[in-house]
Amino acid sequence: MAMAASSRLLWASRAAAYLRISTFPRAFSTGMCLSPSPPCRRGSYSTRFALLNSVPSFGFQDHLGDVVYVELPEVGISVSQGKNFGAVESVKATSDINSPVSGEVIEVNEKLSEEPGLVNASPYDKGWIIKVKLSDSGELSSLMDEEKYSKFCEEEDNH
Amino acid sequence: MRGLLACATLARRAAAAAAGAAPARVRHLAGAAEVAEAELKKTALYDFHVANGGKMVPFAGWSMPIQYKDSIMDSTVNCRTNGGLFDVAHMCGLSLKGRGAIPFLESLVIADVAGLKDGTGTLTVFTNEKGGAIDDSVVTKVTDQHIYLVVNAGCRDKDLAHIGEHMEAFNKKGGDVKWHIHDERSLLALQGPLAAPTLQLLTKEDLSKMYFSDFKTIDINGSSCFLTRTGYTGEDGFEISVPSENAVDLAKAILEKSEGKVRLTGLGARDSLRLEAGLCLYGNDMEQHITPVEAGLSWAIGKRRRAEGGFLGADVILKQLQEGPKIRRVGMFTQGPPARSHSELVSSSGENIGEVTSGGFSPCLKKNIAMGYVKSGLHKAGTEFKVVVRGKSYDAVVTKMPFVPTKYYKPS
Repeated sequence: MAMAASSRLLWASRAAAYLRISTFPRAFSTGMCLSPSPPCRRGSYSTRFALLNSVPSFGFQDHLGDVVYVELPEVGISVSQGKNFGAVESVKATSDINSPVSGEVIEVNEKLSEEPGLVNASPYDKGWIIKVKLSDSGELSSLMDEEKYSKFCEEEDNH
Repeated sequence: MRGLLACATLARRAAAAAAGAAPARVRHLAGAAEVAEAELKKTALYDFHVANGGKMVPFAGWSMPIQYKDSIMDSTVNCRTNGGLFDVAHMCGLSLKGRGAIPFLESLVIADVAGLKDGTGTLTVFTNEKGGAIDDSVVTKVTDQHIYLVVNAGCRDKDLAHIGEHMEAFNKKGGDVKWHIHDERSLLALQGPLAAPTLQLLTKEDLSKMYFSDFKTIDINGSSCFLTRTGYTGEDGFEISVPSENAVDLAKAILEKSEGKVRLTGLGARDSLRLEAGLCLYGNDMEQHITPVEAGLSWAIGKRRRAEGGFLGADVILKQLQEGPKIRRVGMFTQGPPARSHSELVSSSGENIGEVTSGGFSPCLKKNIAMGYVKSGLHKAGTEFKVVVRGKSYDAVVTKMPFVPTKYYKPS
């Protein structure tokens, strides 16, 4: 059953070992956006596939700064929840991209080689990074939802 | 300046962000100011930075703005298109006075200080016994008995200890030199095409007669300032040493007179600008074990100094001038991800030939630029080799510096 994903956004989890967030000066974490393909039905989502987008943290617009280069993994490799699969470069800093889910990379966004700035400009849409075939849909429940993530970012901002 | 980025803040946020998880891995420019935030020194402009959206980070024991509301990319480009105003009050300005000031300083630096015209300065290097660099500095001969110099914030304690120790010895032998450290003043840098036109609106002095490296004590916005036509960006501009109680007013006046075109600019953009200009960052591109000859600063060794020596490490340096140094600083364009400090440089057969000491993405050129050291022989423009980033090799080619043409104001 190859359902294209849809609907709700699940966000990177702070919980324990699931996700390492690289920081300068804010987290650059990969959230999981189950990409809506219109018409989208809220409340339902595929448990097979996930589209990983960058999740811009709240607060500072340019926490990472303008992205100038994205190091993408190869199609076919495995990703593991919490493990690094690539990197994002800004003018001044390099940040690891960690995966919030485990599975197999079935597609990478080649557009990012020509237009790395899509990660900033269109994080939920054109700036998607990789598509993963989930190996364990149970992982989805360990991720924060949007509300929890907003709170998490606000707390971080206040440090 | 020591490496620019805020590792103390990083460490703290990483610890908070990943409760229980492994510490965050962020690879970028080195440099950790391991000082608890409460102990960080603040410049006279601290509140002004915060009020203007400054993102404050620890740097060399100070709390400094790494950027403001605009991105480092935009800030860098704006400095070259319009202008940037930088708070560099963390740097250390000092005056050496007395009959012995010039011979004393010459025992510690490579410059021909005596040969400078009154009211002019130059970039120089403080050397150690092995000819390596203790710090780089802009020194100005104000008069025969007064030298004004500025040293890096990260080297303040080291430099003052070094100068102090040698000054004591010099005076014991009958010399006559005293120092005054200008902690009552704050240094601001105003750089870019609008620097002179903007500053002209705040002073009666005819700035068109003041050329690159010139120094004057003049009235700016109602206070007596030391003005040097110099900078760290490659653009035309000035460094203004203003009494600290007038620093905020001066900053406000500059921003207002430029009608907002000159913007407050932070250390992030400052680093991009100096890299584009091919200028060394002490702590990255120059260190204790690197000589001025290796760093490509032989031009800064005065002719008379080459003949006479008389500075620490002169024997090593003069020998390198004769025989050529074994390694040389080069500029490079690289492919792939930006090559950061400590990235290895290898020949096409994989043999190590050097390393990157500074690198990043150039906001103005929109490509990767880097500075590093390679074996002599491989330093000519056009030489190709590879840079290793995260285990993969990418093409690198030597190019002349500056990467972005400089715009120093010189007589035609």
